[in-house]
Amino acid sequence: MNPALNVGSAPVATPWFFYGLAAAAVISGLLVITRRNAVHSALALIVTLLSVAGLYLMLYAPFVAGVQIIVYAGGIMVLFLFVIMLVSIERTVKERQFNRIWPIGLLASCALLALFLTAFKKGQSLFPNRVAPLPEALNTQGIAAALYGEAGKMGQYTFAFEIASLLLLVAILGAVIMTKKKI
Amino acid sequence: MVPITTLHYLVVAAALFVLGTIGVLTRRNVVIVLMSIELILNAVNLNLVAFSRMWGLGGQVFAIFIIVDAAAEAAVGLGILIAFFRNKETINVDEIDLLKW
Repeated sequence: MNPALNVGSAPVATPWFFYGLAAAAVISGLLVITRRNAVHSALALIVTLLSVAGLYLMLYAPFVAGVQIIVYAGGIMVLFLFVIMLVSIERTVKERQFNRIWPIGLLASCALLALFLTAFKKGQSLFPNRVAPLPEALNTQGIAAALYGEAGKMGQYTFAFEIASLLLLVAILGAVIMTKKKI
Repeated sequence: MVPITTLHYLVVAAALFVLGTIGVLTRRNVVIVLMSIELILNAVNLNLVAFSRMWGLGGQVFAIFIIVDAAAEAAVGLGILIAFFRNKETINVDEIDLLKW
């Protein structure tokens, strides 16, 4: 019996995995925004990204989990660490960490959190717990069909895929030109 | 125990979103502000993938595009930061005020 097709018979350890990964994600998220040293923040963000990749695996999305680990944790965070090592001077570790209007920012964010929780409480009937429409083994093929397929059949996002590659080209050109010493 | 529903994932995503917002609004270090923006994007991705379990693969494709977009944005933002750091040796958002009146 495929456990993906019947939520009632999910494996016993599933809540433990979920609460463990969720706690890891939220605690390292907290560490990202409160550490004095930027390298500590970057390492905490890597832990957050890996926990979120674990949550994607629990949601039966293995391809997005793989892309998250390879691109986000393995590419973007390495870029961040390079730039931190280029621009971080020892003086910044001793300076003030939070700006002068931090109570207002904190208050606004708590109001946002209250808004989210109100929306969740009121809309609770709209979140039924259906199961994955595709079994997990066909997830990558399904995403490939959506991204690379013909426009008429299953490829609804082929054009968006091409535009995304154009976006990456423009971003690379911009980053290279902006960091040159003499243009 | 209570079975894990979509709402559990949405609450985690909301918590990450609010943490990222607090980081953007309160930190002085530009690199940490950019990392908080990445936290916000991850929260949105988690939201999308959680809903894609109900509504099909569109959410996961959207999440992949957002990851692509986050890479481009991180590259450009860090390029701007390096170019600015070359002019003025600081990475505090309070001191990036060349256009202030």
